[in-house]
Amino acid sequence: MNKMLWSGLVLTSLASLAGAQTLRIGLAEDPDILDPSLARSFVGRIVFASLCDKLVDIDEKLNIVPQLATSWQWASDNKSLTMKLRPGVTFHDGEKFDAAAVKFNIDRHKNLPGSNRRGELLPVTSVDVVDDLTARINLSAPFSPLLTVLADRAGMMVSPKAAQANPANFGTKPVCSGPFKFVERIAQDRIVLERYPNYWNKSEIHFDKVTFQPIVDSTVRLANLRAGQLDLIERVAPSDVAGIKADKKLSISRITELGYQGITINTGKSDLAQKNPLGRDPRVREAFELSLDRAGIVKVAMDGEAEVGNQWVPPGNAFYARNVPIPKRDVARAKALLKEAGVSNPTFTLMTPTTSDAQRVAQVVQAMAKEAGFDVKIQATEFATSLNLADKGQFDAYVLAWSGRADPDGNLFSFYGCKQPLNYSGECRPQWDDLLNRSRTTLDTPGRIKAFATLAAETVRERPIIYLYHRNWLYAASNKLTGLRPIPDGLVRVQGLKM
Amino acid sequence: MPRYLLKRLAAILPTIFFVTVIIFGLQQLLPGDAAAILAGENQDPTVIAYLRQKMHLDEPLPMRYAYWIAGVAHGDLGESLRIQEPVLGLILQKLPVTLELASLAMLVALAIGVPAGIVSAVGKDTVWDYAANLFALWGLSTPNFWLGILMILLFSVQLGWLPASGYVSPLEDLKANLAAMVMPAFVLGNAIAAVLMRHTRSAMLQVLNADYVRTARAKGLDERTVVLKHALRNALTPIITLGALEFGTLLSGAVLTEQVFSIPGFGKLIVDAVFNRDYAVVQGVVLFTSTVYIVLNLLADLAYFVVNPRLRG
Repeated sequence: MNKMLWSGLVLTSLASLAGAQTLRIGLAEDPDILDPSLARSFVGRIVFASLCDKLVDIDEKLNIVPQLATSWQWASDNKSLTMKLRPGVTFHDGEKFDAAAVKFNIDRHKNLPGSNRRGELLPVTSVDVVDDLTARINLSAPFSPLLTVLADRAGMMVSPKAAQANPANFGTKPVCSGPFKFVERIAQDRIVLERYPNYWNKSEIHFDKVTFQPIVDSTVRLANLRAGQLDLIERVAPSDVAGIKADKKLSISRITELGYQGITINTGKSDLAQKNPLGRDPRVREAFELSLDRAGIVKVAMDGEAEVGNQWVPPGNAFYARNVPIPKRDVARAKALLKEAGVSNPTFTLMTPTTSDAQRVAQVVQAMAKEAGFDVKIQATEFATSLNLADKGQFDAYVLAWSGRADPDGNLFSFYGCKQPLNYSGECRPQWDDLLNRSRTTLDTPGRIKAFATLAAETVRERPIIYLYHRNWLYAASNKLTGLRPIPDGLVRVQGLKM
Repeated sequence: MPRYLLKRLAAILPTIFFVTVIIFGLQQLLPGDAAAILAGENQDPTVIAYLRQKMHLDEPLPMRYAYWIAGVAHGDLGESLRIQEPVLGLILQKLPVTLELASLAMLVALAIGVPAGIVSAVGKDTVWDYAANLFALWGLSTPNFWLGILMILLFSVQLGWLPASGYVSPLEDLKANLAAMVMPAFVLGNAIAAVLMRHTRSAMLQVLNADYVRTARAKGLDERTVVLKHALRNALTPIITLGALEFGTLLSGAVLTEQVFSIPGFGKLIVDAVFNRDYAVVQGVVLFTSTVYIVLNLLADLAYFVVNPRLRG
């Protein structure tokens, strides 16, 4: 009996040793190019989190924490940031990570044709190699979002030697310095990474391999997890949460996202704005907002898996403007406002991408606004087409989600800045631009909070964007997996994950 | 025969040329700005301008067509801007996967459809006929994705017999490959089995009433020989045509099945490419599929010769 027990124990521990070597993650989409400079999708960032370390990272509370840089110091004029780099770090090809590599990478982010990081690093003018392990990033003007920008793709460091050797197709064989190195990618099937034995933080890494499998259908993604073919899946459908909770073999984790779901209104993007009462009259927009019950929308469209909100950051965020609280639904007041504006039955088209949650939001909004007298016509439009129509200003209102950035600037500047690429409402106000720039050049948090509060008070009068809620990032995992640490950016940190 | 063959072969080139014009023209009807969608969520104007120039989007249509067709003539189908991989490489990577899936699905369809059609024709108006018709109706009216998900829930989640989705190369592990292919092949083959069953049934019914079949029976041949050797052989001609056409459909039509079972094949490749406006991939894949389609039709024509001696003269 005793012998049997022992051999059983030995066998199970052997089995767990052998079986726990690969972490299999199910993704909701197929990532795009795996080059940090060119990459443009959210889902690609999940892969990068295992592949490419960044200068700094963010934690659960959005604090900046060291990664490849161990400490940093702003200059007295706030126009340069000096970073001390971690010693003994190497890239996956064995090359040394040092200040020269930081300079190479920032220059590459800024100058590579087609780079999506150029805009994020616009205020960066140059990088000085102070010594082997000290780099100084020089700016044209103080830029408070810099550290959070460096906590994302713009802070990812690739091997200069490998990037120079393969300039045209680096993304097909990326070489970084993260916990895992690239092995192979079969488009739309899998991305395979294997443990980098010389990783600087290897004591935190408990897997030999990571595979990422894109499985678009959320039901099938979950079925794979249930069947034991995956260990972790991201972006679980809110409607599946109850079933996962009931399953003893699975666990669910969540955290509120950095982004938002909102309705952008054409208030000045094209002539169409003046032809519609919603775009023409701020009172009609206020009435529209008052007709909506955000908690109801979250309950119906998102099965409760979102946090209601009315700003570019969720109410729990340090930069949330408390002077502009979430308004309560008030149909009577909405009707009164419509009467005051002289429109009894305003009609407009609500353009909606064809994703199921956007469509559900549109339907709930339609029903709620109807009670205040709005006639909302839903126009479901394939995403690429809707983006094009939005860019041309051929819409009245547009259900648009944003994946979010760690600094409020990333949720704001491009949307409210005059003529900025994501300013689909077309609002162009010099005083808003001033406030946005002030929030960028002010480095102290209270000063920034003040700038955002003033901006919130300004924008809520015009309502070019009506924010509805902030979704939960939902992960389901085998309950054998421990150490999952959801971070508001939605990426999976492999450090500390264990079977 | 050689003259007929040459005539058919000569028709291929102009057809393919015509197809390239149509593919290119139709793609222009895709709404939205390809450069903007490929630029990702930042919508950086510099990136959009760069992509537009790289895709020649600012140049006149005939010029863009010329760039593409010149590449095609040299065997260069361009590069996926989304993942930086050559289109031809992607096609060659995905083709064996979809070919395997389509072949297995066709096998399933033939194995179910033809015998069911024969049984239902021979036993017209009997319980066998009704059962086969019921099956055909079910096969035709069951949506692929629904059947797929139900099968995953039953065989993978509940019973744990088969992998829920994914693909393993047969060169890597044949057993795992077949295990992963059983459900998708059945789901995909199921609908075609129904079509084949209906066509086999009507072709058989027609032939079974023909004079020569009556003669064969009058000669005293047993029913088995009459049905399988005399009737079926003639009834097969339209079924071969249909099979070839359906095989072409399978190649491009495996979209939903591939999506549900996460099989990295042609269907998934083109769907993702269309939604991402990855023009080079869309053009390359459609051109490739149409060429395969054209060639299959030619092969079907040639197959008539083998089964129908009258055409050989």
